[in-house]
Amino acid sequence: MLRYIIRRLLLAVPILLAVFTLVFLVVRVIPGDPAVSALGDYASEEAVEALRERMGLNQPLYAQYFEFLGNLLRGDFGVSLINGQPINEQVAYALPYTLQLTLASVLLGILMGVPLGVLTALNRNNAIDYLGRIISLVGLSVPAFYFGILLILLFAVKIDVLPAVGGGDLREDPIGSLKYLVLPALTLGLIMTTSVTRLARSAMLNVLSEDYVRTARAKGLAERAVVVRHALRSALLPIVSITGFWAASLIGDSVLTEFIFSRPGLGKMLVGAILQRDYTALQSVMVIYAAFVVVINLLTDLTYGLLDPRISN
Amino acid sequence: MQQEAALPGQPGIQLRTQRERAWQTFARNRTAVAGLVLVLLVVFAAVFADDWFIAMVQGREAEPLLAPYNPIKQDTRNRLQPPSSEHIMGLDTYGRDVFSRIIYGARVSLMVGLLAVALAGLIGTLLGLFAGYSGGKVEDTIMRSVDVLMAFPSLIMGLMVLAVLGPGLTKMVIAIGIMLSPAFVRIVHSTTLSIKENDYIMAARATGVSSWRMIARHILPNVLGEAVVLASVYTATAIRVEANLSFIGLGVSPPTPAWGTMIRDGTQYLTTAPWISIYPGLAILITVLAFNLLGDGMRDIMDPRSYS
Repeated sequence: MLRYIIRRLLLAVPILLAVFTLVFLVVRVIPGDPAVSALGDYASEEAVEALRERMGLNQPLYAQYFEFLGNLLRGDFGVSLINGQPINEQVAYALPYTLQLTLASVLLGILMGVPLGVLTALNRNNAIDYLGRIISLVGLSVPAFYFGILLILLFAVKIDVLPAVGGGDLREDPIGSLKYLVLPALTLGLIMTTSVTRLARSAMLNVLSEDYVRTARAKGLAERAVVVRHALRSALLPIVSITGFWAASLIGDSVLTEFIFSRPGLGKMLVGAILQRDYTALQSVMVIYAAFVVVINLLTDLTYGLLDPRISN
Repeated sequence: MQQEAALPGQPGIQLRTQRERAWQTFARNRTAVAGLVLVLLVVFAAVFADDWFIAMVQGREAEPLLAPYNPIKQDTRNRLQPPSSEHIMGLDTYGRDVFSRIIYGARVSLMVGLLAVALAGLIGTLLGLFAGYSGGKVEDTIMRSVDVLMAFPSLIMGLMVLAVLGPGLTKMVIAIGIMLSPAFVRIVHSTTLSIKENDYIMAARATGVSSWRMIARHILPNVLGEAVVLASVYTATAIRVEANLSFIGLGVSPPTPAWGTMIRDGTQYLTTAPWISIYPGLAILITVLAFNLLGDGMRDIMDPRSYS
């Protein structure tokens, strides 16, 4: 097992390095001079030149690249081009909000999606199954931001019980911030639930037709024991692997969710950085997102190895 | 030539029954047929929103045909008017008819959705075939690059490409096309690998068929099925992503109606004029759902187990 973990960790390193390189290159090919966009179109040539020098833009590309990598390794993202603040501070402020939202949504998705998937699989081709499948297809088709708008209309406008915008104060008042978490987490969580339901359903159906399930039934085990102990246990493997995949794509949807609920977080930082052409903020946020996905994939693989010893050997 | 026609895998008679069987499987799947009908409806709305085909011949500006009003004509005196018998979905912030804008908006959604998927399918099929067929270093390089691209959540990759290219319709097609292509590379690559192991490929190679001919006549037709199924599901994704990007403000420039942009315009008036956002959202939901239903049906056809 330990060797498996180490091997997977080592495999993640070149991918991360390639991702960082790609981000670096992409930000360098964005049209327009970062120094000009930081100072505005009317800045004097000397001012632009001075800023270019200070930002290290006059150095050769490879020197910039190594400095970028070196800074990343030290955990230093540099300063924002727009407001001059250290990116690290902005990230330290935004990241907990995004983590809180993502974790809550994934949790909601698993806690609701797995039982629903099992339920629809056990009721294959009757009304419950049909209803469940239609609901999950609708959930798969609704854009996160639209679903968020509908929730705002219902819970914040019609029956004014929950705040529609903002994120609360996570640091000073974590309990109070939960109130702000409900609607965004419902938005993402229900979308996650529908994918997990679809997945759990087909995984369960595959397993239920296996011989050992028939054997378990034949030897007179209670249906509950057959389903939970024998079927669900082996259905969990594909569920875990694709849940990891969905969690990664959920991060994309979280950008829109944060945007629509005006919630602080990496997504809001990313959209702001693109619209304001803040290149240093942009490359930092993209690096963090990609690192997120690599870590999630790593965790997925490790869980996979834990659940199925054949893989780690 | 004669010899090849007799190769196993493509006898002419069996092909027809296969097609019939595929159609039967599809027609039996009521949800898939519903999806197809809805897709055709949206296509119909997009094509006949105005009478461009007559206008082109007569050399004049196109007039609204299916749409009751001109989608960009402003009527600021009646702005934010709620739905009525005259304007069934109300008027927006500039007094434009929301229903007409939705009908015209189908054009942007479909155009971006279909073109982006076509682009992704083209890139993906070429690279996937190339990687799977040639193997070795080429395969390694292509597949590792795909791994790297997959490390970006898809929407964030789309945003990244748009940051480089700037906003607009063509650029959005390119961004979404690039964003979706890794999935096509993967599926075409793995299908190519499994086909390469088949006896009939070996037989074809033994008869001295060239690489190009081998790919074009023996591998590509088999790979295309997988790619087409993926394409129908991904058209749904592409349309959803287009709506996302338009909603952020990176879509086609106003006043061209696009569903995501319309929702964005309405968010400031959610409490007073919710119809501005709600109806375009429904249009997105129905269109994406239609393509998803269709895609599910296509997948059932491709799955040999569903024939039994």
